[in-house]
Amino acid sequence: MTLPATLPDDAGVGFKPQHLDDLLAGDAPIGFVEIHAENYMGAGGPPHAMLRMLRERFALSIHGVGLSIGASRPLDRDHLARLRTLCDRHPPQSFSEHLAWSSHGDVYYNDLLPAPYTAATLARVCEHVDAVQTALGREMLLENPSTYVLFETSTIPETEFLSEVARRTGCGLLLDVNNVFVSALNHGTDPRAYLAAFPLARVKEIHLGGHAETTDDTGAPLLIDAHGTPVADPVWTLYAETIVRTGPLPTLIEWDNDVPAWPVLAAEAARARAILRAGGAAVLHPVAA
Amino acid sequence: MTAPPLLTTPQDDFAPALLDPDHPLPADVTSHTTRHPVRRFAVYRNNVTVGLIEAVRARFPAIERIVGDDFFDAMARTFVRAHPPRSPILAIYGDAFPDFVAGFPPAAEMPWLADVARLETARTVAYHAADATPLDPAAFAALDPARLGAARIALHPSAVVVRSSWPIVTVWAMNSDEAPLGPVDFGVPEDALVLRPALTVVVHRLPPGTAVLLAALTAGDTLAEAATTASGATPGFDLTAALAVVVGTGVATTIAFDPEPQP
Repeated sequence: MTLPATLPDDAGVGFKPQHLDDLLAGDAPIGFVEIHAENYMGAGGPPHAMLRMLRERFALSIHGVGLSIGASRPLDRDHLARLRTLCDRHPPQSFSEHLAWSSHGDVYYNDLLPAPYTAATLARVCEHVDAVQTALGREMLLENPSTYVLFETSTIPETEFLSEVARRTGCGLLLDVNNVFVSALNHGTDPRAYLAAFPLARVKEIHLGGHAETTDDTGAPLLIDAHGTPVADPVWTLYAETIVRTGPLPTLIEWDNDVPAWPVLAAEAARARAILRAGGAAVLHPVAA
Repeated sequence: MTAPPLLTTPQDDFAPALLDPDHPLPADVTSHTTRHPVRRFAVYRNNVTVGLIEAVRARFPAIERIVGDDFFDAMARTFVRAHPPRSPILAIYGDAFPDFVAGFPPAAEMPWLADVARLETARTVAYHAADATPLDPAAFAALDPARLGAARIALHPSAVVVRSSWPIVTVWAMNSDEAPLGPVDFGVPEDALVLRPALTVVVHRLPPGTAVLLAALTAGDTLAEAATTASGATPGFDLTAALAVVVGTGVATTIAFDPEPQP
């Protein structure tokens, strides 16, 4: 089977080994799988064997979670080399990373942490995206984060920050609609205004995932990007509205914690696929104010 | 708005507060509801700490079963704060956990626990190790017995030997659904061979002295030299039992002989 050079405008899922047999059984409602790069950096063994099997059937998105592009310190050249090795070994249809940082000093914090949106951060992130695209010899996609705090020193709106990174570096963007919803609610802003300002022409993949709800210090609702539940209805609505504007785009269902049995995840993917095939419009419905 | 000072970064203030719950919030952090968003920042603290604890839990399932969830959580929480990862590859995070367990005072009554953790560490190493095809036992059978002693045998890249003064294979197996629970004689030392001949990691209990023989083979000794070393180091060393491991487990990948001396 010959795979295309880019991800198909279809649904995809984050690959979990417990779903391998279901994925290979033949009727999965998806066109691609996504993996977290850092789980496939060993020399051999089952991870690479599973990836070889998946790549015979599906397009592949390699999604890094450990490069720390949003940090002010230089990128880890060793890690960049490992990413290059992985992309050479299992050539993906897409490589993406986050507008976030995860390492500082010599510690890896294993979370996608926020940075203030300043001219200095912008310059540094552009340097890092350039370095990634040069090292990998390909375009990368940069993903909008979900955030729980703001910074006094931030001066640039996130949408403008991402637009500018894309403009200066030529990178694509990965639009996580759940992150849009989570951040907007967390900061008392309007997700539709965010999406109206987002450079949608640069978007080459969409992420959808579930969130959890708690409260902040004042009792205000606080959403956590937990990836442990189905995609919430308001996020599906924002997604469908986005697809109306962009046309079909590769759309990933992320479910990383409390991973369900395959039929549950497949139903989420099928829902995204139905929205894509309807161009968003047929499944649009009014949202309560 | 002022740019950050040249020699500091936003992470300098943010990072130290993540693993230390008593550290003040980063000065720059705010929110639209409060200027001092402790609970909001706690989401990051929780993500980091719990995420790392889960990484340790994933790697040491038998240790968790032995000590129980609450004990494991407390032990792993102390570990991740003292030894956060240095690499974004979490599959190798926890290499320092066995030594930490050995020095963790609440676990002092289980002096064998650290070696069981070493066995679990080896299992992950074997899982991610390079692939190689084990030598078919027929390759040994085809050798001239007179030449066997001169053989230099390369071991599988996934092979890890864990030596212990405790019955670590028995304890691990009973806590991994590999063997029924039963009485354990803690006076019996056990060495483990952890190996992934194909796609499944297996754990073998080694006969006495075989660990020494395998180490000598790894160092490049001939089989005869390795057997002599193992025999000298281990009273009651059983060469037949050791050879059964070398031939029968898939731990060997190639056999080579030195070139014949030129006349």
